[in-house]
Amino acid sequence: MTRETTISIVIVAGLLAAAFIAQAMGETFYITLATRMAILGLAATGLNIALGLGGLVSFGHAAFFGIGGYAAGILATHAFNSEPLLLGLPGTNQMIVIWIAGAIAAGLVAVLIGLISLRTSGVYFIMITLAFAQMIYYFAISWPAYGGEDGLSIYVRNTFPGTNTLAPMSFFLICFGLLVIGLVFFALIRDSRFGAALQAGRQNDTRLAAVGIGPFRVRLVAFVISAMMTALAGALFADLNRFVSPSMFSWHMSGELIVLIIIGGVGRLAGPLAGAIVYVLFEFALGGITEHWQFFLGLILLAVVLFARGGVMGLLAGRARHG
Amino acid sequence: MAEPILDIRDLRKSFGALKATDGVSLDLRPGEIHALIGPNGAGKSTLIHQIAGSLKPDSGEIRFEGRDVKPLDVAARARLGMGRTFQVSSLAPEFSALRNVMLAVQARQGSSFRFFKPVMHDRSLTEPAHEALARVGLSDRADVSAAELSHGERRQLEIAIALALGAKAFLLDEPMAGMGPEGSQALTTFLDGLRAEAPILLIEHDMDAVFALADRISVLVYGRIIATGTVDDIRNHPAVREAYLGDGA
Repeated sequence: MTRETTISIVIVAGLLAAAFIAQAMGETFYITLATRMAILGLAATGLNIALGLGGLVSFGHAAFFGIGGYAAGILATHAFNSEPLLLGLPGTNQMIVIWIAGAIAAGLVAVLIGLISLRTSGVYFIMITLAFAQMIYYFAISWPAYGGEDGLSIYVRNTFPGTNTLAPMSFFLICFGLLVIGLVFFALIRDSRFGAALQAGRQNDTRLAAVGIGPFRVRLVAFVISAMMTALAGALFADLNRFVSPSMFSWHMSGELIVLIIIGGVGRLAGPLAGAIVYVLFEFALGGITEHWQFFLGLILLAVVLFARGGVMGLLAGRARHG
Repeated sequence: MAEPILDIRDLRKSFGALKATDGVSLDLRPGEIHALIGPNGAGKSTLIHQIAGSLKPDSGEIRFEGRDVKPLDVAARARLGMGRTFQVSSLAPEFSALRNVMLAVQARQGSSFRFFKPVMHDRSLTEPAHEALARVGLSDRADVSAAELSHGERRQLEIAIALALGAKAFLLDEPMAGMGPEGSQALTTFLDGLRAEAPILLIEHDMDAVFALADRISVLVYGRIIATGTVDDIRNHPAVREAYLGDGA
């Protein structure tokens, strides 16, 4: 087992242990913090496929996070009010159905955004993905059917077979389970043929084309997979807060996901999760003292960029190795 | 005469007033090394770019195994069997030498959309890659990242990649550049044997290598081919001596 894998398992196990300790102490608020870490970690792991493996700095992943969130909110609202949704189809409060719907919706939007934005690179790619996300943001604000600017409440958390999702620990375990699946999926992709092509394209797309692999298709598929994973996290996020609002689509959210990856380690297996843990801890520890806690997060980010390029994973597991 | 693998007819490409490729016709036949020489700025690299697909010609024909490849992009032409090396090495720097070659093996197998099987345990990738590295003499450097290889080793690695692609024709853009005399000698010997596998269009400044290897030589000056012929034809061609080799060459 590589050091990268070992450290990643330790971080993931640490999160699980923390939740159980909080449970034993009867501190449900800490379980909620751990749940937040798992969800943000999953969202950023999704982005890490595009950004870390593919070098695609998407500044619009909030679009997919929000689509996942709104999938949960809209389906749950229709189920709650017993109103048919589309073509007579009913809403649902089943998480599994919501996840699939959210991921598919995000995947379709990602195909459209990707077909256009992946024809560019560098700053243009960043700006085009941002522009698309902002379009969706303003669309959500001006869509009164689903709350517009005020957002949409989910009155009862959606259900998952065999558990009571209202119990903080049960909901944490659902999120944690999906996080683990997401991380395993990331590791498999990274080590696969597809991952080899994607990473080679990040390093040198002339080389990729010269061996006969078109970089565009590889990137488009990666972008779509990445969006779907982030959307899944968005659906969980909606259920965590029992509320969705257009702020899930805002560029702050896109930036936050990028920040998580940079703090944790770009392209590293548990990097996004490590970033999410640091982020949520900061938010919790400093957020109580000053509302300007993001200033201190900014200092951390600066320190990482200047002195620890590999982020948390770089410090713990050393430089990335590529076989 | 055998059908040419690569057949270029009246190719033209201008950048503004500059005619970088000015009616070039050229072919590459099975089993031969066809060297393309010419002074700096003659348009050799522009020509290679058009053949490989990274630059679109204004007019003219490029046929590969009888097929018009002008509508195809770089990747599609590579899949047809154009094994190209670059004037300035172009590799995936973070990948080991082995993984760089494995990428070509996987491309040849046409299977880059497999998501779950780890490549490092896939012997259908690692074995052909090791073979290709062994052929260019890089076996003991297989695990070194491309960024850490020496300049000469990177050139060898590019050739290993072209081998692993199962190229039907090699387009080698100054493969000897920056190599020491020993390296050049070893590469010359290697290329000599390689022509039996697939013909080589060789762009090279090292005249010793060109004269030792080439079956035919074309001389490109200001975007035009001023002469094509055997080594002796070219050595004795007055216009070539004047334009390129200089008196006394």
